[in-house]
Formats: sequence, structure tokens, C-alpha cells
Amino acid sequence: MPLSREEVEHVASLARLGLTTEELSLMQDQLSSILRHIAVIDQVDTAMISPTAQVGSVSLLLRADVVAASLPRDAVLANAPRQQDGFIEVSAILDVVNEETDS
Amino acid sequence: MSNGAAEITALTAAEARRALDARELSAIELTRSYLARIDRLDDEIGAYLHVMRDVALAQAETADRRIAAGNSEPMTGIPVALKDVLCTIDAPTTAASRILEGFRPPYDATVVNRLRRQGAVFLGKANTDEFAMGSSNENSAFKPVRNPWHRDRVPGGSSGGPAAAVAAEMAMVSLGSDTGGSIRQPAGFCGVVGLKPTYGRVSRFGLLAFASSLDQIGPFARTVRDAAMVLQAIAGHDPFDATSSPEPSPDYSRALTGDIRGMKIGLAREYTADGMEDGVVAAFNSAIQRFGALGAETVRIDLPHTEYALPTYYITAPAEASANLARYDGVKYGSVETASTLRETYARTRGKGFGPEVKRRIMLGTYALSSGYYDAYYIKAQKVRTLIKQDFDAAWSKVDAIVAPTSPTVAFPLGARTDDPYQMYLADVFTIPANMAGIPGVAVPCGFSEGLPVSLQVLGPAFAEATILRIADAYERTESWAARRPQIAAAG
Repeated sequence: MPLSREEVEHVASLARLGLTTEELSLMQDQLSSILRHIAVIDQVDTAMISPTAQVGSVSLLLRADVVAASLPRDAVLANAPRQQDGFIEVSAILDVVNEETDS
Repeated sequence: MSNGAAEITALTAAEARRALDARELSAIELTRSYLARIDRLDDEIGAYLHVMRDVALAQAETADRRIAAGNSEPMTGIPVALKDVLCTIDAPTTAASRILEGFRPPYDATVVNRLRRQGAVFLGKANTDEFAMGSSNENSAFKPVRNPWHRDRVPGGSSGGPAAAVAAEMAMVSLGSDTGGSIRQPAGFCGVVGLKPTYGRVSRFGLLAFASSLDQIGPFARTVRDAAMVLQAIAGHDPFDATSSPEPSPDYSRALTGDIRGMKIGLAREYTADGMEDGVVAAFNSAIQRFGALGAETVRIDLPHTEYALPTYYITAPAEASANLARYDGVKYGSVETASTLRETYARTRGKGFGPEVKRRIMLGTYALSSGYYDAYYIKAQKVRTLIKQDFDAAWSKVDAIVAPTSPTVAFPLGARTDDPYQMYLADVFTIPANMAGIPGVAVPCGFSEGLPVSLQVLGPAFAEATILRIADAYERTESWAARRPQIAAAG
């Protein structure tokens, strides 16, 4: 199923991915082509089949509730592009009222 | 030791272990030989993104002291390359992506930590497709890797660096990750052994996550025995990875008896594909004769949903990747492109930091998970995944293992598939089903076509690594493919 330009732009917005005009066009063509190939799975009858999201044999292991050392704060913050007073610094978001909300 | 440097790097890890413990060879000598070879050849190959020279030399000195004190473990003094998706506290970790350029992890991946504790020597961080997404290593943001057997061919991917490093004797063994074939396929293209363990056998803590229901870490080596030795060192439960299994690991080396008489080996008609090369078919068929000569019984089996594994994978893996890669937002680590709003900062940082294939997969995965398409794509794929797993479950009631070609072709030319993403995806058509089912697989060389290596893979039930290694080792003993090494001349 070919994707419309609007759909590609919407998906890029959901993914918080800034794409150039050229990238959006290429993405529209390539994703449409990939989805055409993928559509072959529609041939499989899965009416009575339950989904498998995880093939691991381990289910919900709980660790012992004991206090252990965690990473030193400086080591964790060392990679942050901006930091202040021992915290990662992030631009304000609460005063931005006109950003769309995604559904 | 009387051998020259060239012969030293040709040793297997098992041979080196013996020589190190017998004090015929020092870890420092071994490490220097590898570093010298990297200096001489890696401009041609591009297997490393970062050579850990000082770390390696210090580790080698420590290893020699440890060996002298009689405290060596199997990996003590063994030179290893680490795929650059594994966190290392003493070297940058980039996933071959601009978005992580300069990132220094505050901790080691568990597999790195386990090798470190055994006294292994880290030669460096090996090249990969960006975030392990690719089948040719051409998606590295920094440089491609060239196949040691033919400089104009790809090494396979995504673990092209770890595979090429071992093939070119620029590492004795290496670690890669396999989400849809990223260990087995490059091992095949480069003519080395590559093992994808069972999902849950090896901890992924500190592996930069790509598709969490599929990712698994495993070794590259020049022999099955060496791969077994590395698996032994990295396998086992880890409290930091809730998906790692508490199932105990058997002694993998002891499983390598050379005796596979009476074992049942499944051959599935579905492991043929349009465009499968004649040379691959010929090499595979003659390998199958060997299994018969070794006393194994070959059994025809059906895996009817095999053709759906690739399309199912290209929904599942991108969907999981789109969620996993949401963390790269320019706030906590990595590169940042600051804009006036946080949301625009995210978009610009990610738009600039990610390469084309990573963007494609984030888009595909986001689409498959988005409102209105979730059932048609993501849930549908999970249901087909159930059928793929059931195919294998049914097979294990008839056979001990399955043998199949690793790839339908030998290594293809650089640039041959970069214009058509789906053609590139098809390079993994034979390796993806094992990831979908969570089962282990080991790729071993099984001949040559056009002067390039051909490979077969042995697949087994979950946690049957000992079985598939035993079969692969028995086959390897009958052939001399591993003894054939690529001839690499440094650029003049």
C-alpha cells in the first residue's frame, strides 16, 4: 500500500525525526516499496493464532531487594550535553502551549 | 617462541592458550603481533573504529603476570575485538553512529566485564552497520569494511568489523551481535565461525539495544572450538538482564567429541531461494555428503512458514528499534542540535545524528506501531512469528539439529545493493528465522565459490548450543577450509 506524503510526515513527527524534503520523498518511495514486499504476510491465516512478542523462557524474575551501589553521579552526567547542579539540564516544556498532542 | 609474527597471529585461541600457559609465548608478544598487523592492514580493511592500544598492552602485561602466577583462565591473554555496540568503560562506544560520536559509557557491558575479569586483551572496538542495522557494513557512519578475501566485496553485516578482524588475523576472536543474522551472515561472507546463542543464553546488559526480543551477543572465531571457549566465558545468568536465563551452561568444549554418529540432521526444502548461487548450492550439497559420511542421518523436514520470516522480521525489528532508539534525543548523551523548543531539538538532533538506514527503520517501525496500523502490521507479525516458532518446535520432535546454507550468495560487491533496501534485506533470508524463534545457530565455512567463502549454519533447539557446536566441530574436522586464509597485502 503506497504511503501518502502526509502519512510520511505524520510518522516522522511521531518519531521526532527531522527529515529534509528530499528525505521525505525518498522515504515515501522506499517505505511504500518495503510495505509492498511485507504485505505477503496477509496471505497467512492467523485467525486462531495468538501473537508471540517474546520467545524467552524466563518469566518475571525478581531480584533480592537489597541495597547496592549504583553508578557515581559524575560518571553518569559526564556524557550529558548540558548539566547544572548535578542534574541533566533540559529546555523548559511546560510553557510551550501550542505544540500539538499526538494520538 | 621461534615462530615469526605472522605465524603467531595465525594461532587459534586454543593453541595460544596452550602456548601461553606453557610460557612458550607471552601475552605481550601476542598482543604486539596483533597490534602490528592492525597497523599494517586495517587501513585496507576498516575493521576497527577505535584501536585500544594502551588498554591492550596494559591488559597483556597483567595477563602475563597472572599466567606466571598460575592463575590463568581460558581467556587470559587472548586478544579480542569488540563490536562497537558493546559498552566499554575505557573506550568510546558509538554504534558507528554520529549520534553517539565521542560517547564514553560509564560501565562495561556484562560480556565485556566477564572477558575483562578473565584477563582477555581488548584490541579495540570493531566497525558495524550503524546501530547494527544492515547486511553489508556499508551503513557505518564512519567507514565501510572491506572483505579480507576480496577488497571490492562487502564483509557482510551488521558485524562486518568483528568478522573481518578475525578473518584477517587482526583479532584472535571477537564479539558481535545477531538480531537477524548479524553474526552468522558476516561470518559466512568472511569465512570464519560465528555463533548466535539462544535468546537468553548471554546477557545483553550494556549492548546498545536494537530489537530487544531478537538481539543476542555471540562470538566469532577461526574454529568451532574457539567459539565454544568464548561462549563459555560469556554465557550465563546476569541479574542486570532479566531476559538472561538461569539455565546452567554445560561444558561446551567437552561436547566437541567429533562423534555425531546416529544424530538426526534436518534438511528443509524451504532453505532454498530464488537467486541462490550455483556455487553456494554445490558447496552446501557436498557438505551434506560429509555429514552422511560422519554417520549422521539426514532427514527431510518442512518449515512451511520460512518464507514469511523476512517480512515478519521487517515489521518486528523496526517496531522494537523505533522504541529503543527513542532514547537518542540529545539530552542525556551523544550529539545535540539545539533548537528553540525541546521538541524541535529532538527532531533536529535525530535528523542530523542518524543515518539513512536507521531513519528508514525508525520510520517503518513507528508506522507499524501507529494508531490504525498496529493490528494490521505489528500484531499480524507477532502471530506469524508464532507459526515460525511452531515450525521449529515440530522439527525438534524429528531431528537433533537443522543444517542450512547461511546465505544464498557469497559476499556481494560493495554498492551492489545500497539503492534498494529490500534487496539488502534479502541477504538475511536464511538467518532471520532462527532469531524469530529464539534458537541458536552456528555458521561454519563449507567451501569456496568464485574464490569467496561459502558457509553453512547448524541450527538447534533452544539451549542446545552443545549439540550444534558438536555437529559443526565434527564437520570442521573433516575439512580444511579453516586452514585457508585470505592473502592480504598492505597498500604500498
